[in-house]
Amino acid sequence: MTEPLTLTPQGLYSPAAQVHIDPVRPVERAVITHGHADHARAGHGAVLATRQTLDIMAIRYGRGFCGCQQAVGYGEAVTLNGVEVTLHPAGHVLGSAQILLNAGGHRTVVSGDYKRHADPTCSPFELVRCHTFVTEATFGLPVFRHPPAAREVEKLRKSMSLFSDRTHLVGAYALGKAQRVIAELRAAGYDRVIYLHGALEKLTRYYESQGVYLGPVEPVGRRGKDLAGELVLCPPGQLADRWARRFTDPVTCMASGWMQVRARARQRGAELPLILSDHADWDDLCRTIVETGAAEIWVTHGAEEALVHWCMAQGRRAKPLNMIGYDDGDESGEGPFGGPSAGGEAHAAS
Amino acid sequence: MLAFAQLLDRLSYEPRRLAKEALLKAYFAEAPDPDRGYALATLTGNLSFKNAKPAMLRTLIADRTDPVLFALSYDFVGDLSETIALMWPSAAVDDTPPAAPPPLRVVVERLASAGKAETPRLLETWLDGLDETGRWALLKLVTGGLRVGVSARLAKTAVARLGGVDPNEVEEVWHGLAPPYEDLFAWVEGRAGKPETTDPVPFRPAMLAHPLDEEKDIGVLPASSFRAEWKWDGIRVQAVCAPAAGGAGHVRRLYTRTGEDISGTFPDILAVLDFHAAIDGELLVKRDGAVRPFGDLQKRLNRKTVGAKLQKDYPAAIRAYDLLALDGVDLRDRPLAERRRMLEDFLAGLGEPRIDLSPQIPAGDWAGWARARKSPATFLPREDAEAVEGLMLKRLDSVYVPGRPKGLWYKWKRDPFLIDAVLMYAQRGHGKRSSFYSDYTFGVWRRGAGGEELVPVGKAYFGFTDEELQQIDRFVRNHTVNRFGPVREVEHTAETGLVLEVAFEGLNRSPRHKSGLAMRFPRISRLRWDKPPSEADWIETLNAFLPSSEA
Repeated sequence: MTEPLTLTPQGLYSPAAQVHIDPVRPVERAVITHGHADHARAGHGAVLATRQTLDIMAIRYGRGFCGCQQAVGYGEAVTLNGVEVTLHPAGHVLGSAQILLNAGGHRTVVSGDYKRHADPTCSPFELVRCHTFVTEATFGLPVFRHPPAAREVEKLRKSMSLFSDRTHLVGAYALGKAQRVIAELRAAGYDRVIYLHGALEKLTRYYESQGVYLGPVEPVGRRGKDLAGELVLCPPGQLADRWARRFTDPVTCMASGWMQVRARARQRGAELPLILSDHADWDDLCRTIVETGAAEIWVTHGAEEALVHWCMAQGRRAKPLNMIGYDDGDESGEGPFGGPSAGGEAHAAS
Repeated sequence: MLAFAQLLDRLSYEPRRLAKEALLKAYFAEAPDPDRGYALATLTGNLSFKNAKPAMLRTLIADRTDPVLFALSYDFVGDLSETIALMWPSAAVDDTPPAAPPPLRVVVERLASAGKAETPRLLETWLDGLDETGRWALLKLVTGGLRVGVSARLAKTAVARLGGVDPNEVEEVWHGLAPPYEDLFAWVEGRAGKPETTDPVPFRPAMLAHPLDEEKDIGVLPASSFRAEWKWDGIRVQAVCAPAAGGAGHVRRLYTRTGEDISGTFPDILAVLDFHAAIDGELLVKRDGAVRPFGDLQKRLNRKTVGAKLQKDYPAAIRAYDLLALDGVDLRDRPLAERRRMLEDFLAGLGEPRIDLSPQIPAGDWAGWARARKSPATFLPREDAEAVEGLMLKRLDSVYVPGRPKGLWYKWKRDPFLIDAVLMYAQRGHGKRSSFYSDYTFGVWRRGAGGEELVPVGKAYFGFTDEELQQIDRFVRNHTVNRFGPVREVEHTAETGLVLEVAFEGLNRSPRHKSGLAMRFPRISRLRWDKPPSEADWIETLNAFLPSSEA
């Protein structure tokens, strides 16, 4: 049997279905797992994705981001060149999906980015059994074990009551993380207005339109010193940029899975690191690999080496797919904390 | 253990000194004895466990994890304690902190008494029961290297703040105390009297000088009330020696000006302390009677052990400024003129070449002092003159007051060296300046293999005004040609770039720097928007500033 997937300069490709998955350059036909910019790019011919992923791409790139779009619901089968394609919730961000390709009974799942921790802003991860599993590995080192979100939110609220006269400025990616931070705060009973940097507004409004409860949110606008004691969300790049100078002595917080490592948090000037990740941690990566029942594991973007090593030690066939063009959420450019591009647009959610 | 772990955790992310002090004070106010005393001991580096060492921790984690995964993880995290804390397999993945982690008291006392075989088992049990922060804190405690940015002085200051006691008073009694410092806490909290100093060789907090304000002070301060001395370019120390309590031999100690005990680093000095007195002076390296450049002294600093060769090649000496106690009598409430006379008599009687007198300057007016400051070589041999970093002006009637009292002592530093260098790299600062590019690497021209090129010669992150900071920040953002993580490479060609006037106090040869030179105390003194980079200085200009023995 031929390989169910191959690696082309554009990215992962299914020769049987004649379609790319999350291509990094324009292609004729693409299936997109979710709306983060390193997975969802503009300029493809035809795009197949969930309604929400397509909406998010339209918000970011404009209505004409591709030739034609096809929206499919979770679990709804589409046949491409004889290959049955279905999308299943990945639990990563709103609209995120794993892609199942069923070619004559051989089932291949491309996980995209996923997590298994509960998230009030998107459908929970659905386990799909398969023969070949293409997994992400953003946090593919055993040092990454994400704590429950409630604990991190508690940390934030404690700091807010301790430093009640300072603005708490939380760096969070525009798509997914920002809305999750808000939703987790609401779940914990925080009911004051939450203020947003302009770059977070559109997507936050979109989440609300999709029925995600986010409570009272307002743009920061021209305010600054008058937001002492309040909570403000901004893209990570803005934390250390000129925009942040409007607040007097803010407590800089950063919501990211990378915050688990102290040196990373300090390097980025996060006084209050919030370990809040939209990716699977090490334990969940390993657990998911086992639970899919897959005999063949392909490991993409992230710490491939450690996860491949673990699979082999478990007696599973595994290989790294060293794909270029995907951010691990930290290393490209100045990472999530800086650079003009990261200012308005989130590249990847960690 | 939980409260201590949270304290270390918060400290590790807090860049600001005052906020660190507040965190420490809050902890000391809340934690019970003796826990807080053990915390103070570990923060001041006064706690170590002979049977718990990094190698043992490596063995513990090796038994529990795949070596490849551990190596990959350690490589990523870069800190042994933290890697182990994160990787340690625990039943619940930090869902809830375990019911009752052991109090710090239990951890410290059991580690101190546990034998070699028992220690690993103790640690295992605790690590199994703690959450990640707890494990990290425990491992930091065991290995001793906290690396949370708290100096011993800061920890002691926080204790003093508990009861509004002067931190210098804490310093005075400190060396007579031992963990867990219950008598210290009782005193600062007003529950008991000041602990009796039983230490025969206590540290006496140093008296420091104010910088002379050239505009307001020169010619205004009455010259006849002052005496001038040289300010030597070494490190300020206190050498104390006294008969031991039981009458058997002497107790000797060498302190830095912050009260750090550096006796172990300078056995050659310790060996010649044979008196009953406390000397305030400058630690220098002296060879064949001549003072050596600061770079030589630097080779002796921060070492746990010093071999015979190092002691022979870089012999340490003290140049004495003041006498704080003699034959058990505290002299600090006597006027300087009297202490000085006693110091001169004392040193003459001692006759120890490694401890000599810092001479006073034979001039009694502002004009004479200005001349001495400008050309110390007219008064001193060449090597000694090169080791002068300015003058000290001291009131003859000044008593010895800890800290920096107003109006008594002034330092009048010689003019700094100045060069015009080109900004090459910039990095963001920390704390309040975290949004600005405020750490600068600058270079000067040299003829390299590929023609004329800029070579980095130093780094500076202060000296500029807030307004200048904004201007440089804007320049950096608009002229970035490359990025390496948090560092930006800034355009630096012969035509385009920013010329910085850099002031510094001294220069030494250094094999660790690309240029082979290391500047002391460099700072930005002026922005030269008027100068193109091609007119910045050459390395030859810098080399000319080297002390004669290194040129």
